[in-house]
Amino acid sequence: MSATPNSNGGEQKLPSEHYLNATYGIRSWLLTTDHKRIALLYLASVTFFFFIGGIFATLIRIHLLTPAGYLVTPETYNKLFTMHGVAMIFFFLIPSIPAVLGNFLIPIMIGAKDLAFPKINLLSWYIYLIGGSFVLYSFATGGLDTGWTFYTPLSSIYSNSAVTPAVIGIFINGFSSILTGLNFLVTVHTMRAPGMTWFRLPLFVWAHYATSLIMILGTPVIAITILLVALERLAHIGIFDPAAGGDPILFQHLFWFYSHPAVYIMILPAMGVISEIIPTFARKPIFGYSFIAGSSIAIAVIGFLVWAHHMFVTGESTYAALTFSFLSYLVAIPSAVKVFNWTSTLYKGSISWDTPMIYALGFIGLFLIGGLTGLFLACLGLDIHIHDTYFVVAHFHYIMVGGAVMGYVGGLHFWWPKITGRLYPESLARIAAVTLFVGFNLTFFPQFILGYMGMPRRYHTYPPEFQVLNVLSTAGASILALGYLLPMIYLTWSMRYGKVAGPNPWPATGLEWTTASPPPTENFDVTPEVTWEPYDYNNRPDLGLGAGTPSPAPAHGDD
Amino acid sequence: MQSQLPLYPESASNFAPDVDALMLFIVAVCIFFAIAITIAVIYFFFRYKRKEPGDIGAPIHGDMRLEITWIVLPFFLLMAMFGWGAVIYVDYRHTPADTLDVYVIGKQWMWKLEQPNGRREINELHVPINRNVRLVMASEDVIHDFSVPAFRVKMDVVPGHYNSMWFRPTKTGRYHFFCSQYCGTSHAIMGGWVTVMEPDEYAAWLAGTSATGDPVALGAKLYNDLACGTCHLPDGKGRGPSYNGAYGSKVKLADGSTVVADDAYIRESILQPNAKIVAGFQPVMPSFQGLVSEDQILALTAYIKAQKDQPVPGKPAAGEPATGKK
Repeated sequence: MSATPNSNGGEQKLPSEHYLNATYGIRSWLLTTDHKRIALLYLASVTFFFFIGGIFATLIRIHLLTPAGYLVTPETYNKLFTMHGVAMIFFFLIPSIPAVLGNFLIPIMIGAKDLAFPKINLLSWYIYLIGGSFVLYSFATGGLDTGWTFYTPLSSIYSNSAVTPAVIGIFINGFSSILTGLNFLVTVHTMRAPGMTWFRLPLFVWAHYATSLIMILGTPVIAITILLVALERLAHIGIFDPAAGGDPILFQHLFWFYSHPAVYIMILPAMGVISEIIPTFARKPIFGYSFIAGSSIAIAVIGFLVWAHHMFVTGESTYAALTFSFLSYLVAIPSAVKVFNWTSTLYKGSISWDTPMIYALGFIGLFLIGGLTGLFLACLGLDIHIHDTYFVVAHFHYIMVGGAVMGYVGGLHFWWPKITGRLYPESLARIAAVTLFVGFNLTFFPQFILGYMGMPRRYHTYPPEFQVLNVLSTAGASILALGYLLPMIYLTWSMRYGKVAGPNPWPATGLEWTTASPPPTENFDVTPEVTWEPYDYNNRPDLGLGAGTPSPAPAHGDD
Repeated sequence: MQSQLPLYPESASNFAPDVDALMLFIVAVCIFFAIAITIAVIYFFFRYKRKEPGDIGAPIHGDMRLEITWIVLPFFLLMAMFGWGAVIYVDYRHTPADTLDVYVIGKQWMWKLEQPNGRREINELHVPINRNVRLVMASEDVIHDFSVPAFRVKMDVVPGHYNSMWFRPTKTGRYHFFCSQYCGTSHAIMGGWVTVMEPDEYAAWLAGTSATGDPVALGAKLYNDLACGTCHLPDGKGRGPSYNGAYGSKVKLADGSTVVADDAYIRESILQPNAKIVAGFQPVMPSFQGLVSEDQILALTAYIKAQKDQPVPGKPAAGEPATGKK
């Protein structure tokens, strides 16, 4: 890959041997147990699924240009939004930050040579591939038209599409998630370098700790649930189908018991990324470290107790509705705590407007809107009207795309120099970040209004009064698509031609920045010892910063 | 309807003003916080922009008072939202006693609606203004959802369950209703119009053309055809309990508990007779699952409902004539 020597004539040089050029050949990648290489395998595969999901999304938006539907038949439209959801949620969003950035960074951030179970880490990727193949098989042989939520008895009895291979694929893929979570937990518990105490852990690691808890505790439930759907479909065992003595509402309880916490699997790692970027580019300690760390755990725990807020209009008991609404409001508090702390971190900082910081700024803006609109949906009296409308669609895209994907792309830009050893074109990257932000808002903000106007989701055709807002949304989507294509192009370009970054270009305080870029296969030549507090710029003369301590020469990267 | 780019759907039921007021409250709180945070972030971005490449920020690690403030203050605001929302939700779920009942059946991909006098409509619903209307809803296949944005009401229609919702239309006109729960291929066209009429117009419409059959009469015919009467004797001396006076009464069950004999109970007793056995009877009734349609269950329910003013067996009434028997 980027093993070519530095050809830009810059003063920095790539290290002569690093994890990318240590061994060659396709086998050295497919049988690797290096967490960094596995992260890159994941990067390629989740990008593939993002691309597939993105094509579906593009077709959806084009179709909705006219009230009658512009492009495809109703059957095809239903398949498009279902497959968009399945590809994006199970095969892009859930693995994206943990399996790519988490995999790459967690061992380096805590000063370890690899994850605790390197072979299981590789196994996770293969399981992901097998699960993904089943789902692609379903897409290719009849498609899937149940909605990504697989509500019964539509999915288990009535749908004529390829449901069985899809649910088997999702079932298999669940094990990938479980094993990754397990690997992270064991690694963080047992492999921290000397001096890396729990409260010196980067907040990115805290966020992944919380995420791993959800992966381990939640994923088995969706796996069992989705398997029961397959059983009912194949063997007609009455579990969810009322005609056979089952209860369709049972499915929703089981499904949301995982799938609501799954939203936190997507957003918590993104919050972890933002908690790294902001102190780095404000060059000061993060405000309220323990509150940000604790709020990740609080979100993971309370997040398990809010699932039935997806079911306020199913006819569930009023007492249940009251309880779940109350708990849903509680989970808003730790999220708010994070936003307040990030904002306060900027106060009296030394703020640079580098690309990752632009993404972090965009994340705060979009997550703010996504989080605040959650308060409308948690509200019992309001949810009845906006439930299952475009308001919900807009809300969760603000969280999952505005939040999680902005965090992911921002994180890629932040750690790209570490991953590849090279920098990307800075001004182009800033333009892309702003394009993404503008395009995103133009796409999804109109959908809040559509939702309050009453437009139901998953409609291939709609009354003409909704057209203006739909056209706006489609226009925004084309800008959004450009915002995604730009980074794909220049990041790929920079792998070979980018300016060599050096070990710590920003500079940042984490352990991952004390080793070479790209790091050696063993991450560190000698096991590091942590003697500083997290995000502490005042006692780090090795960074060469600070008014009072102009360090004469960079003390890093010399070994 | 309204202007080119409306922000609100029409407001045409008792719930609409309440929901819109709550919406405005939450919008106001959210805009306040969104603007406050945005201004703070943008201000900091410019105010503390890095001057020299080697600059670092001030070593501030946190502030306990601030943390407590921004945990406690939002908590109270959130509880205000929760409380207000809860009050409105309880109103949604608390059906008044004097409702006009319309039966709604959802199936892929149409709605069948039936007025109290048996007049049926497909994908159309006529209701009088200023009258409490209750929709009692069942599904023949998958989960649907009956949603009227102008009324701000919505309820899933779940196979195997009866769900009901109520509203009071406050403005005449025609309003969209939608299926809001994705139900397969033609989900998007499974909708129609609610027409809100003046009471006299409604009465004329109701009395007008082709009532397709009195549900009570249809139920009575089914009662005979299915031979319900062999066991459910009006005098309560058969193998099953009598229908007389049963509807809406409290029924004592074999396990000692009590249920109200409402629509859902009657439906369950037809489909799963052994689920709730009336005290003093044996679980001998066969299930009618698959033998009667949702329409027919509604007709049977209407018939049983019609027997509610008959003398109740067991109570010391006059020598009971065989009233229920046709």
